[in-house]
Amino acid sequence: MTGVPALDLAAAVRRGERSATDVVEEHLAVIAARDGELNACNLVTGDAARETAAAVDAAVARGEDPGPLAGVPIALKDNLCTRGVPTTCSSKILEGWRPPYTATAVERVLAAGAVPVAKTNLDEFAMGSSTENSAFGPTRNPRDPSRVPGGSSGGSAAAVAAGYAPLALGSDTGGSIRQPAALCGVVGVKPTYGLVSRYGLIAFASSLDQIGPFANSVTDAALLLDVIAGPDTADSTSIRSEAEPILPQLDRGVEGLRVGIIDELASGEGFQPEVLAAVQQAAAALEAAGATVDHVSVPSAQYGLSAYYLLAPAEASSNLARYDGVRYGLRVDGEDVSVMNARTREAGFGPEVKRRIMLGTYALSAGYYDAYYGQAQRVRTLIIRDFARAYEQFDVLLSPTSPTVAFPLGAKSAEPLAMYLSDVCTIPTNLAGHPAMSVPFGTGEAGLPIGVQVLAPALGEGVMFRTARVLEEAAP
Amino acid sequence: MSQLTRADVEHVARLARLALTDDEIEHFTGQLAVILEHADQIAALDTADVPPTAHPLPLVNVFRPDVARPGIDRDEVLAMAPSAEDGRFRVPRILDAP
Repeated sequence: MTGVPALDLAAAVRRGERSATDVVEEHLAVIAARDGELNACNLVTGDAARETAAAVDAAVARGEDPGPLAGVPIALKDNLCTRGVPTTCSSKILEGWRPPYTATAVERVLAAGAVPVAKTNLDEFAMGSSTENSAFGPTRNPRDPSRVPGGSSGGSAAAVAAGYAPLALGSDTGGSIRQPAALCGVVGVKPTYGLVSRYGLIAFASSLDQIGPFANSVTDAALLLDVIAGPDTADSTSIRSEAEPILPQLDRGVEGLRVGIIDELASGEGFQPEVLAAVQQAAAALEAAGATVDHVSVPSAQYGLSAYYLLAPAEASSNLARYDGVRYGLRVDGEDVSVMNARTREAGFGPEVKRRIMLGTYALSAGYYDAYYGQAQRVRTLIIRDFARAYEQFDVLLSPTSPTVAFPLGAKSAEPLAMYLSDVCTIPTNLAGHPAMSVPFGTGEAGLPIGVQVLAPALGEGVMFRTARVLEEAAP
Repeated sequence: MSQLTRADVEHVARLARLALTDDEIEHFTGQLAVILEHADQIAALDTADVPPTAHPLPLVNVFRPDVARPGIDRDEVLAMAPSAEDGRFRVPRILDAP
C-alpha cells in the first residue's frame, strides 16, 4: 500500500476508510526492509509513530477531523528539532542531544495529523551535496545504491523515493532540497525565504536557509507546503502576511505564461547533454500547453557559486560558534575553557564542517572582510537585480536542477570544489531569496532520473507550482 | 589575493577555536587555496556602486506585545548539558588559566 499519494491517504483516513495504524505499519515495514542498505534514517521513531497514528485513529473514531495530513507518514530531516527526540545534524558534536523544543514546521505537520516515522540522514550540518559528509555514514540512492542520493537532504529524498513515507521535510540553503530531489527522482521545493518559519531548524546560513517539502508528486508537495507555510512570531524573519494556499491554484495551467530558459545555466562544461536536452523538452511541453518560451540572460548567475561559498561559510562560522562544549552535546575536557572549546570542536566536527568554518572565518577576518565577504554581498545584490530584470519579461524561469544525474559514491569526495559545482544551478535562487522547485523529467545516464528546475519571483509559488504540475503531466 | 600560507591557516584555526592536527592544517592549506582562487573571480568584479545585501527580506524591527509567556524549561535544558551545577552550566576554569 505504500506509493499511495498523501492526498488520497489523508482523505481515506479522514473518512475512516483506512486506519492510520495500518498505514504507519506498512511504511515502517518498508523502512525495516530497506534501510539496512540505504541508511537514509538516523533514527526510526517507530513507537512514537504508532502512538501518533493511534491518536489519529481515535480522533476519527470520535468524529473529529485530524487535519489535511491525517495519518500520512512523514520523514523529518535530522536538523529539525523534535522535543525529547534525538536531533543530531548527522554530527558527532550533537550525538545524544534531545532538544527541549520542537520546530514550528514540525509542530504544524503534527497539528495537521501527520505521523513522523524517522529522522533522516544529511550531510553534517547540511553542508554537502551527496550526504556522504555524515558522521553516521553515507545514504545510498534508492534508484541505484552505488550512487549518492544528492544532499544535503539526501536522507529525506531517499526516504520518499524508497516509499518510507509519501512526504518528507528538508532544508535548502544552496540546493539541499532540490538537488537530492532531482537525483532521487522526486519533487522537491525550496519556498520563498520567510514563507516557512525557521524556528527549530538548526542554523547553517541564516540568510539562506529555508525548510521545504519532498513528495512523489507536485500535488502532494503543495499539500505539505500549504500546511507548513505562514507567519510565526518565533521567527522574526518569517513573512508577516498569511500565505496564499497553493492547492486550489494547481490545475490552472500555463496558458499565456511567459517562460524563460536561463542562458547561463543552459550550456557549459560539466552539464550532461541529456540534462540540457530535458530542459529543452520541458520548455517545449510548456509551449505545447500554451506558454510562450524564450531565452533569458541572468548574467551574474555565473558568480553565484563563488559568492555563495563565501557567504554561506561566513554565516556558518558564526552560527556554529555555539558548539563549544558548554551547553549541549559533546565535551572533550581541557585544562581551561578555551582548550576545552577547541578540543571539543576538533573532535566533534567532521572535515567538511571544519573546512567551511575555516573558510568563513578567513572570509570574515581582518584584512579580507571587504575583499571576500563584502564583495560577495555586493554580488548578491547584482544577482537580485538581474533576476528582477528577468522577471519583468517572464513569469517563471527554467534550468536544470543539477548539472548531472546521481554520481557514484566517492566520485567527488576528494575535491571539495568539484562537489560544490553540483550546486551551480540551485544557488542563485537562495541568494535572491526566491522560490524554486525540482520536478522529475525523464532520465539520463544509466537510466537515472533528471530534475528540471522551475524558478519564480518571491512569493510566486502559485505560478511555479502550476508550471511544475504541467511538467509532471508531460514528463517522458 | 589567495596566497594562503600554513601560518594563515594556523591563525584562522585559532580564531575558529579548532585544535586542528598537523595533517589537517596541511590539507586545508591546499584545499582552501583552491576554493579561494575560485572566489577571486568575484573579487575582481567592479562593484564600487553596488550596495551589499545581507538579507533577502527588507525586514527591520519585528515587534510583539510585551506579554510574559513561558520559556523553555531550565531543568530540561540543563539535563542536556555536558556538565551542570546549581542550575548553571559548569565549565573548566576561565580565569588564571595555566
